[in-house]
This record gives sequence, C-alpha cells and structure tokens, in this order.
Amino acid sequence: MKTTISLAATFLVLLALAATGFAQESEVGNLHGSAATGKVLYRRYCVGCHGPEGDGNGENAQWIDPKPRDFTAAVFKCRSTPTGTLPTDQDLFDSVTRGFVTTNMPPWRPITNQNRADLIAYVKTFSARWEKEKPGTPITIPPEPAVTIASILHGREIFQKNDCWKCHGPQGHGDGPSAATLTDSKDNPIRPYNFAAGSRFKCGVSNQDLYRIFMTGLDGTPMPSYADTMQPTDAWDLVHFLRTLQPLHTQEAATWKEWLPAHRQEMKPIGPEGGSGASQ
Amino acid sequence: MLRGLSILRRPRKLPALASVPVFVAVAFAMLFGELQPAYSLPIYKVRAIPAFARKYGLPCSACHTAWPELNNFGQVFRDNGYQLGNDHDSPIFQNPSYFPITFRITPNWHRESTNHQPVDAIAGNPSSGLVDGRVVQQGFDLSGLDIWAAGTITKNISFSVLPSANSSGAFHFENAYIRFDNLLNNSWLNVKFGKFELDNLISEKRFLFLSANGGLYQNYHFVPVGDSTNFGLGDNQLGVELEGHSDNSYRRYSVAVLSSNEGNVGLPANRGYDTYLTFSQAFEAGRLGLERMGVYAYVGERPTIFQTSAALAAAGSGTTTPIAGTGTGNKPFYRTGFSGDLFLGKLEFLPFFMHGQDSAFLATSTAANVPLPVGTKSASWNGGFVETHYYVTQQFVLLHRYEIIRMSQQALPGTPAKLGNIDGYSVGYRWYPIMFSRAGLAWHNEYSLTRTQGAVPLSLDGVGLPPLVPTNGVWSSSILAGFDFAF
Repeated sequence: MKTTISLAATFLVLLALAATGFAQESEVGNLHGSAATGKVLYRRYCVGCHGPEGDGNGENAQWIDPKPRDFTAAVFKCRSTPTGTLPTDQDLFDSVTRGFVTTNMPPWRPITNQNRADLIAYVKTFSARWEKEKPGTPITIPPEPAVTIASILHGREIFQKNDCWKCHGPQGHGDGPSAATLTDSKDNPIRPYNFAAGSRFKCGVSNQDLYRIFMTGLDGTPMPSYADTMQPTDAWDLVHFLRTLQPLHTQEAATWKEWLPAHRQEMKPIGPEGGSGASQ
Repeated sequence: MLRGLSILRRPRKLPALASVPVFVAVAFAMLFGELQPAYSLPIYKVRAIPAFARKYGLPCSACHTAWPELNNFGQVFRDNGYQLGNDHDSPIFQNPSYFPITFRITPNWHRESTNHQPVDAIAGNPSSGLVDGRVVQQGFDLSGLDIWAAGTITKNISFSVLPSANSSGAFHFENAYIRFDNLLNNSWLNVKFGKFELDNLISEKRFLFLSANGGLYQNYHFVPVGDSTNFGLGDNQLGVELEGHSDNSYRRYSVAVLSSNEGNVGLPANRGYDTYLTFSQAFEAGRLGLERMGVYAYVGERPTIFQTSAALAAAGSGTTTPIAGTGTGNKPFYRTGFSGDLFLGKLEFLPFFMHGQDSAFLATSTAANVPLPVGTKSASWNGGFVETHYYVTQQFVLLHRYEIIRMSQQALPGTPAKLGNIDGYSVGYRWYPIMFSRAGLAWHNEYSLTRTQGAVPLSLDGVGLPPLVPTNGVWSSSILAGFDFAF
C-alpha cells in the first residue's frame, strides 16, 4: 500500500514539474505572454520555417538562406544582454517585431502586441536553457557623443585595427577576404553585413542599435562581442564611421563628405597594408 | 471564381409603365452590357495566392485567417504592394524558375431549390398554362477557374492579372492592375490603376462562402425591383485608386475614381465618374484580438438618355439604336454605411450596414427628359449582415451569416412596401486538411437559404423567375459540398 502511495505521489510530483516546465511565460512591458496561446499562433505563423519542434527544420527550411533560427539551441543574435547569455523577452519581442532584413523573416508588426508576447512565451519552451538560466542583464549604453570628424577618423582606425574589414570589406560591402569562409554555429555559410545595402541592420536601425550589436556580438555567428576589448568612446567612434559607409543622408555622412575632398590624399586605404584609411 | 455565368438568374422585370425612352435606354444598356442584369452578381469569388506562400515559405495561415480571407498580416502584405519588407521582395531575389502564378478551382456537388416558381401545369406541356411550383436541381459541377498572377515588378511596383473562366471555360479579365507603392517613400501614398476590387473592409472576393445563394453578399448587389442602376459594391471596377495605410495597416483609407460601367471593358455609356471612399481604424483589444471598424461611401451616376440615329436603325426593327458612349441625363445613386471585423478570441464577427438610395429616375427606369409618374420618389433601403466565423483550429472553421435588406421607400406609390425585401441565412464549415506553403485544399460544406419578397432571388445558379403572385416571398436554398483547392 505504501509503495502504491509513494508511486502515485512521485507520479503527481513529476506531473507537476512537467507542467511547470512547459508553462513558459513572457513579460514584455505590460504584456503577459502565454505559451499555450503562443503555441497556436506559432503553428499559424512560424511553423513553416522554424518547424513544429522549433529546431529550424520547417518544411521550407531547405529552400531558405540563411536558415531559420533553431530555438532548441536558445542562441540568439539580437540581444541587449552580454554574449553567451539569454536575451530578454523584450529582445525577442523586438526581433519578431522588426524581422531580419535580407532574410526570410519578415517584420511581424501586423500581428498584435499580445500575439507577439504569446509567441515569445512559446518560443522559450523549445529549450531547457530557459528553465535553468535567467536572461542576462542588458548592457549599459552611454550617451552618444557628438559626431565630429575626429570621431569618425578614430572609428576608421578602429575598423582597421580590429580587422573588421576582413569580413565586412574595406568599403563595408561585406566582401572582405574572409567573407566567403564564414559559417554560423550550425556550419551554414553566412554573409557579413553589407553596409552599402541600406538603412537597416540585422538588429535595428539606430546608432544605439549599432553600438549594441558590436558590444553584445551576434551569438551564433562569427560576429564577436567587443565589450571586453573596446571602450565605450571607441565604440561610439566606430558607430560614427560605420554610418559613413551607408548610402544615407546622415549627419556622419555629411560630416565625412565635407571633410574628405580636401584630405583624400592623406588617407591610407583600409586593408592589409592600411593603417588608418579607406578609399571612399 | 466564375460560376455558371450562362445560367445566371434573369433580371427583374421592369414595371409596365416604363416609357419608350426608358425602353430605349434600357435596351441600349442591356445591349452594351451596362445594365445586365439589373443587379450584378459576384461571379468571381475567392482569392488566395499560394504563389506568395511559395515565394516566402510561409504557410497559408500566415496571411489568411482561413484562406481566402485575409488576416491583418496578409492585409499589410497586400497594402505594401505584395512586399513583406525584408528586402527579399523584388523578383531579383527569386530563383529564375519562380513564377508568381496560382490556380484555383472547386469541383463540387450542389443542390438548388426554389419555390413559388411559374412551372408548366402539365410538365412538358407549355400550352397547359403556368402554376406555382418548386424547382429542384442537383448534380456534380465545377466552379470557374482562376489563373492568377500577382507580385512585384520591381521594388514598390506591384501588379495583378487575373484571367478568370466560368465553368465552361470562357475567359475574361477579372482584374488587371499596376500599383505604384509607397510613393515618396510614404506608405500613405499608393496608386493603383486598372481593374481592381473596391477597398471593402469585408471582401466578397476573399470570403468563405461558395454556394449559389450564400456565395454573395445580397447587400453588395441589391437594387430595388425595376431599378436600372447597374452597380455592385462587390464587383471589381475600372479606375484609379489612391490608398494609404499606417505601417501595420491599423489605419487605412482609400479614394477611388471609377468608370461608371460596372467594371466592364470598353468605354462607358456614361461620361461621368463614380467615387468610392473608405476609412477604417483597428485597435488591439488584448487577448480578444484586433478589432477594426470602418466607414464607406460610394457615389455615382448613371445615364438615362442616349443619343440615337436613324442611320443606325436596326434593319426592319422599326427602332433606332443608341450610340455608344453618348449617355446623358445622369441621375445619382449612393451607397454608404459602416462595417467591421471584430474578434473575441477564436470568434470573428463581421458586421455590415448599408443605406442605399437611387434617384427616382433610376429607380423607375425613366429617362430624365420624361416626366416622372405622379408621386414617384427616390428608392431607398437599409440592409446589413452579421457574419460569424469560429476558428476551431486554424484548419477548421465554422461559418454563419444572417443577412437582411428592407426597403424603406419604394419609388412608385403603388408598389408594395415589402417588394424586394431579402432575408438570407447561411451556415457551413471549411476543413483544410492541407495547408502547406505550396498548396491548399479545403473540404467545404454549406447550406444557404434566401427569401426574396415578390422578386427573382438574387443567386448565382439554379432557376430563378419572379413569383406568379407578387406578394409571395420566394425561398431559394443551396446545398454545396466540394473540394476547394489552390496551388
């Protein structure tokens, strides 16, 4: 009799634990996301690419490049948290809302905020990491300093010194000498960002977003975090320089274009031989 | 889709007092396809584009609540000119073998039943006189076929071309337009040019009913008995449309200027243009979902007089022939009201209200240069429907609709007040065993029942004649079971 009761109690405890394990939730601002609701929405919107198991092997995955995210690995590119940590619910929410430019992941802004919060809750059920770990603490982004030619030139030096050009190319076209060899954490080929392509980055559009990208890194890709090696002021200078590589009417671009004609001869091209220059 | 065009029910009979100019005008209009039938029918229906699902790898359910009805994600995609906005929209990103084309057809079995029909007193003996009877028809059938190409020509220039066939294979262009999207990089400025669906909040082209009686919104095609106005809110029209929307299409507007020929190709008889205005606003209601309400107004004119020429007299007919494109004596009509798309979780409500009014000249088919019969007024009516969808799962949806039209003012003083009133009921379900990103298959069951007071039922199929006794309400029912598939 005691054995029977013990078995029954054990079963109930396991059942309760299992239920707890799957009762994933999300908190995004005032929104409370439910995994149960998110599951229905996931099957409506996401399953074709990310697959029923969340492993990125949906029926269309074979046709898609880059490949859909594997949620079972719980490794995410766009985070406000340090490299190697889990993103916040807000990070995931923002990613779903924004979509990923030049990929098959569209912006999901047309579905309601509540729907997106529910989807986030469900996505978190695919990996046990969410049960064992808490999201990292978002990094602090100091106020942006003024855009000056000195800042841009210093950023250019950092671009050269940190070998950013090896992947992104001397002119930021994503065609550096290492570009063709890059793979992601699942050994799928991956292309570096082409700054000449437009206004949107993988993880946002603003200067703060750009700062955050190289201070947190894009986990699962060759893009590392520079949080331990780069001072915040240097990071802002790099942001200002990178903006000059984009075909946009930004303050950085205007400053750069005003300064460059009179100093073009002084510039050393960025690249293997370069020290601080890029031909523009 | 085109459904049984050749057996569309006949137009309502005009009142006996119609004058010669009226007859000429109407004859002309009938001849040139301007007024046939007195009400227009949605012979082309459902839309869904697996070609886009193939292009983007999304399941049907990403853009459709239950295809072909669009959800807000699909609406935004459409509003953006068939672009998702991830810089993978332009054809340059597609495999050269990709072509944005979709086929859709619905093999089905259906049964049509209509009472109060004039039938032979002795079956097969036309000289035996007419008696009131019921006509029942049934059998296996095909819907029409849609062959639809749509997509982007380049970034921010989109197109749609839809050759559509009836079940016998006769084609016409259901829509064909080019759209310049996001002008000045602004989502509030999009211009569409060609033949297209009006920007109705509740689309009749993308709705979930297929049967002869239920497969149209009675409100979208109603005109009073004896009225010569040829217009259907659900019919695609020729013209130009300025449309705008917020990023997520929660707020939308459109202004369209349209030829007055009810979407028929060729120059219209009328020299004027119609105008259609819409505005809608959606808001989030937490877990209930997205709630949208909108208003609309269609204002148009139709000619009542046509130039004639003795030189064009039909040989031996003794009548003169109207000259195409010379319609004058325009008289106005309008349709206005509100509609909505409301969610209570899995339950979706589509409320619709319309107030319609036609000039006394149009309502009595009287030429503008002929005095109106004494006591004639404009014809006006109110109508509406509530359609309900319950999404048991994303692959199984229950359907219901109740529709009503009530004449509020008849044009002629002697006309029975209820003449033309309509009640419609439809129930059904759609089950989607296949809903991939490359094709879709739905098993569709539907029952629909309509009562039309004293007139020909507004339906897409089956027999339809006015009742022998004008005060009788004609009950017309449809049962349909079929496989609706698109690929």
